[in-house]
Amino acid sequence: MKRLNTFPKGGIHPTDHKEATCHKSIQNASLSGTAVIPLSQHIGAPAECLVKKGDVVEEEQLLGRSGGFVSANIHSPVPGEVKEIKTIYLPNGIPAQAVVIEMQGEFSRLGKETVSQEWDSLSEEELTAKVSEMGVVGQGGATFPTHVKLVVPKGKSCETFIINAVECEPYLTSDHRVMLEKGSEVLEGIRILQKILKPGRTVIGIEANKMDAVEHLSGLISQAGYNMEVMPLKVKYPQGAEKNLIKAVTGEEVPSGKLPLEVGVINANVGTCLSVYEAVVLNKPVVERVVTVSGGAVCNPSNLKARIGTSFRTLIEDCGGFSEEPAKIIAGGPMMGFTVYDLDTPVTKGTSGILALTEKEVKAARPTACLSCGRCISSCPMGLAPSRLFKLIDHNMHDEAADNGLMDCVECGSCAFMCPAHIPLVQGFRSGKKILRKKSMKKAGK
Amino acid sequence: MKDSLLITSSPQFHHPQSTAGIMWAVTLALLPAGIWGVYIFGIRALFVILTAIAASIGAEALMGLISKEQTVRDGSAFLTGLLIGYNMPPAVPYYVVVVASVFAIVVVKWSFGGLGANWMNPALAGRIFVFFSWTSGMTRWTLPRMAGADTVTGPTPLGSVKSGLLSMSDSIKGPLDLLAAEGVPVTYMDLFLGKIPGSIGEVSALLLILGGLYLMIRRIVNWEIVVSYLGSFALLVWVFGGHRYGMGFFQGDVLFHLLSGGLMLGALFMATDMVTSPLTVKGMVVYGLGCGFMTYLLRFFGSVPEGVSLAIVFMNIFVPLMNRAFQPVKFGLIKTEKEAGK
Repeated sequence: MKRLNTFPKGGIHPTDHKEATCHKSIQNASLSGTAVIPLSQHIGAPAECLVKKGDVVEEEQLLGRSGGFVSANIHSPVPGEVKEIKTIYLPNGIPAQAVVIEMQGEFSRLGKETVSQEWDSLSEEELTAKVSEMGVVGQGGATFPTHVKLVVPKGKSCETFIINAVECEPYLTSDHRVMLEKGSEVLEGIRILQKILKPGRTVIGIEANKMDAVEHLSGLISQAGYNMEVMPLKVKYPQGAEKNLIKAVTGEEVPSGKLPLEVGVINANVGTCLSVYEAVVLNKPVVERVVTVSGGAVCNPSNLKARIGTSFRTLIEDCGGFSEEPAKIIAGGPMMGFTVYDLDTPVTKGTSGILALTEKEVKAARPTACLSCGRCISSCPMGLAPSRLFKLIDHNMHDEAADNGLMDCVECGSCAFMCPAHIPLVQGFRSGKKILRKKSMKKAGK
Repeated sequence: MKDSLLITSSPQFHHPQSTAGIMWAVTLALLPAGIWGVYIFGIRALFVILTAIAASIGAEALMGLISKEQTVRDGSAFLTGLLIGYNMPPAVPYYVVVVASVFAIVVVKWSFGGLGANWMNPALAGRIFVFFSWTSGMTRWTLPRMAGADTVTGPTPLGSVKSGLLSMSDSIKGPLDLLAAEGVPVTYMDLFLGKIPGSIGEVSALLLILGGLYLMIRRIVNWEIVVSYLGSFALLVWVFGGHRYGMGFFQGDVLFHLLSGGLMLGALFMATDMVTSPLTVKGMVVYGLGCGFMTYLLRFFGSVPEGVSLAIVFMNIFVPLMNRAFQPVKFGLIKTEKEAGK
């Protein structure tokens, strides 16, 4: 058998817990009576609010217009009346303006026949504009506005276009199910992006724990004769991290501090490709996404297609509620996701999963002193020495930490996962980076 | 509901192995060899081990009171005590055991800041300290119960070899020959199973190897250190070990040297102590090679028959240096340097 590709340095093998949902087909989630739609569901500037209290909005009406170069449009997932515009805390702890809509009236699309549109005749600019208009952002979790990525700067070219279908986070199966159930749509989305980017080679990277998806997509591709290939990858976390995936697929290392285009690569998540298809072919903005609801505290773990703005509570109720008291509710996966304190937290474009984990699943021992076991070093996919970085930050030696590669840290959590002393390494790196960024901003200001 | 949800920074779940878990796993791996020691040397051996554990935990608790940070529960003091007990001859005076334990915990471990901060293996340092302070008490070796001799104490095989070499006839070929001529015959099987005089926990190579394999499978012991240590030592013994018996190169008795003395206990459980061994694989290999080389030097040219504990502690000193020399290579670094060179 051919040896599967993976990234060579570091990486870990957490128990993946995907068996709870990987065989369950995508179900439609219920709608919350009130939808809470944050105006900042992406990296970059928040969208500018176009509605005010008392306005009546239709399904898919524009609520917020892209507020800058790196920003994205926000559409209303439901028809109804704007109750208020308030500040909420997103799962990552950042406050954001949110439009609260009380659902009422008719849906203009939901439950009706959809008409496919021809896109062969559209130019690259028109296609990119469509993607931008429909508010498509990266759905892998980083939520970088997709249309920004699609404009390749002069002097650079996209040699390899990599579709990230790795889904290396434990528990999550939303991308897996999308590939199995929406394979043709995903491939059409990829073809649209191919037309815009004109890559020499297109590779769909899928970890070998999803061989059914590998076979399904390979079958569709060979049937239609598309110019793309599926590459099964050896299972290892964090293969879905951009730079590690590029290394696994092409063997190239993106230089420290540079973007993937430096080695001629553009990445897109498989869910993003589906959004691109819906935006261009169905003329439909991003108002829903597939969310994996799982974890030991959930009665009936499921994959749900949920409207943006639906509360976590509604989705968990759709899964039969809690089977036991959860210790943590997580937005995203367990390795990089954020804990939320409130079940009224809404689903956003980047919510790939909602996990309710039990006390037993999250059990962590009390931190002890560093044992110098070296596991953080052998697990770091970026070749850093986390124990050393943490000590430097702890001693307020931030510049030395930067010299030792602090800014290269992708916060994947491999080191902290492995650490037997349970030292909060990633937390330390986040605060260290924040201080460094402030420092460099101050310097720039002077 | 709201108040009970935990808010934490990612990652949200962890590998199940904790500091205390590692300490108890090592303890578990060591137990069979200790039980064997108590079986062949008698109940006093058990009391020696218990004394060492009690003194270590007592010292740790005392230091915890002073530093206002109780660390007894992390299991490391228990393990240090256990290892000190294993490194003691069964007939050692109890006060020597207590001094070794207190020295290990208070001076070697806590004067540098407690767990993780010491640069020398505490158990070995404790053993070395009392070995040179109470040498006679530390070299009174009880004979194993199956020896069937009239005397209750006698020298270890390595000790006999060391003294025997001084008055050796020309016909002697190798250590087993020498031991037979000295009137203390030993077979490889005796060494392998542990039917020889020695420290309580070091004699059974078989049980130590089994425990070591268990820890290597659980990835608590780094096999890189074990292999490079034993490999380099075996190579040196094979190449040069025959010289003292008037033989040429490649005639050394590798098996005898691997199975005797504290080598298995040292290579599997002491040299691999996480705190005092290097962080990266390259460092571990160099450290293991150094341990093997030093053990060979001390055993063959030193004034004491053993060499393991001194060799490991000597190499401990270089660990910070190795950590500096063998740092991981950053992702994406090679490329930028190449470009800078263009």
